[in-house]
Amino acid sequence: MSYYDPKDLRKFGDITEWSEELGTKFFDYYGKVFEEGALSAREKSLIALAVAHTEQCPYCIDAYTKDGLQRGITKEEMMEAVHVGAAIRSGASLVHGVMMMNKVNKLDG
Amino acid sequence: MTKLKQQSLHKRQSELAQSNKQLEWLSNGIFQNGALPTFAQKIKETSQFPLRPKKLEILQINVGYMCNQVCEHCHVDAGPDRKEIMTMETMKQCLEVIKNTEAHTLDLTGGAPEMNPNFRWFVEEASKAGIQDFIVRSNLTIIRANKKYHDLPEFFKKHNVHVVSSMPHWTRGKTDKQRGDGVFDASIKALQELNAVGYGLEESELRLDLVYNPSGAFLPADQASMEKDFKKALKEDFGIQFHNLFAITNLPISRFLDYLIASENYEDYMYALVEAYNPAAVANVMCTNTISVSWDGYLYDCDFNQMLDLKVASKVKHISEYNEDLLNERNIIISQHCYGCTAGAGSSCQGSVA
Repeated sequence: MSYYDPKDLRKFGDITEWSEELGTKFFDYYGKVFEEGALSAREKSLIALAVAHTEQCPYCIDAYTKDGLQRGITKEEMMEAVHVGAAIRSGASLVHGVMMMNKVNKLDG
Repeated sequence: MTKLKQQSLHKRQSELAQSNKQLEWLSNGIFQNGALPTFAQKIKETSQFPLRPKKLEILQINVGYMCNQVCEHCHVDAGPDRKEIMTMETMKQCLEVIKNTEAHTLDLTGGAPEMNPNFRWFVEEASKAGIQDFIVRSNLTIIRANKKYHDLPEFFKKHNVHVVSSMPHWTRGKTDKQRGDGVFDASIKALQELNAVGYGLEESELRLDLVYNPSGAFLPADQASMEKDFKKALKEDFGIQFHNLFAITNLPISRFLDYLIASENYEDYMYALVEAYNPAAVANVMCTNTISVSWDGYLYDCDFNQMLDLKVASKVKHISEYNEDLLNERNIIISQHCYGCTAGAGSSCQGSVA
């Protein structure tokens, strides 16, 4: 038994039932964000896939893997996007090493 | 050389080779326990039941199920082992209809229609009827399969045939996964040969369209954006040109149904189809303007109903007794596979409909 049930993704829209105004505003916004704009819908799908991984959201990973396949995005492109997310996430940890270095230099330099 | 992907359901003697077993799958489970509405219930919500034909526009003739490929998702369950081939006698009956029909489009399909031994004779005779749009659905690799097919591009050109060909992706990996090793390279070569005789070029009247259907358990994206991606990649990588891309949804029948069940994707796929249901697409589904003729001359609302052996609900059931007025009085036979034609922008042999 897991806290996450893949079938729950189908119920995402039900969020609106308990707060119609906020739910509707969210889904309107969400839909608008993913429309073709200065970025193509394909580019947005790959960004969403990368963020889904940094957020480690199983629902989002399911949704944007499928979305990518639907758009003809190849698995090589998807994996590169995941690496972009992973690189930013690991880089975000590693860049804090500068704080450590600063502290060491101050205390023991 | 192309390599066969697998064997047909018929060859494997799979239970799903039987149309009644497929229909059982489509009627039981989530549709029986009410988790999802049946297609009839769904179209009743918008008062579109029963589904009725409009003016006939397309006469689609399946000249046989034999094919040089065994693609993963073939709704025909076509393959080299299939011996159902239209005879010359049935072709002659079809020609009588072609001469008199009000349909503006004649659409030959298979299998690989070119493998019917009387294919060229039939095309020559049918083209004399002067029908506005004469389509042959060619799988491309047949052009490269054997010397006797190498001149097909010239033959198509001579009879002003509109070529419509399957191309699941612009990359080798995805194409060969669905259609068999070597299919991508053979398809690219065939497309280049079609381009060389004038097919698919921007200003050319020799029409070359491609059909895209997804390689797995997901729906196709927007047809226009897929077309843009296909055109860019095929032009840049191989110098290939074509006119339009038709994005077609895989219907949950035959080998695709078998794949959905075996990969445990059946329920999710049916949910996806029902969630993407678009009532606007119902008004233009192809069964409302098409008659499908099988290799043995029987009449169906569409090629999918043909594969499920759901003959037209009309007194007229065979090409030998063809009567357009009587056929137009029928109700169209539906089941849950019809959700495949009404998802999103809709789907037909001519691509999106909504």
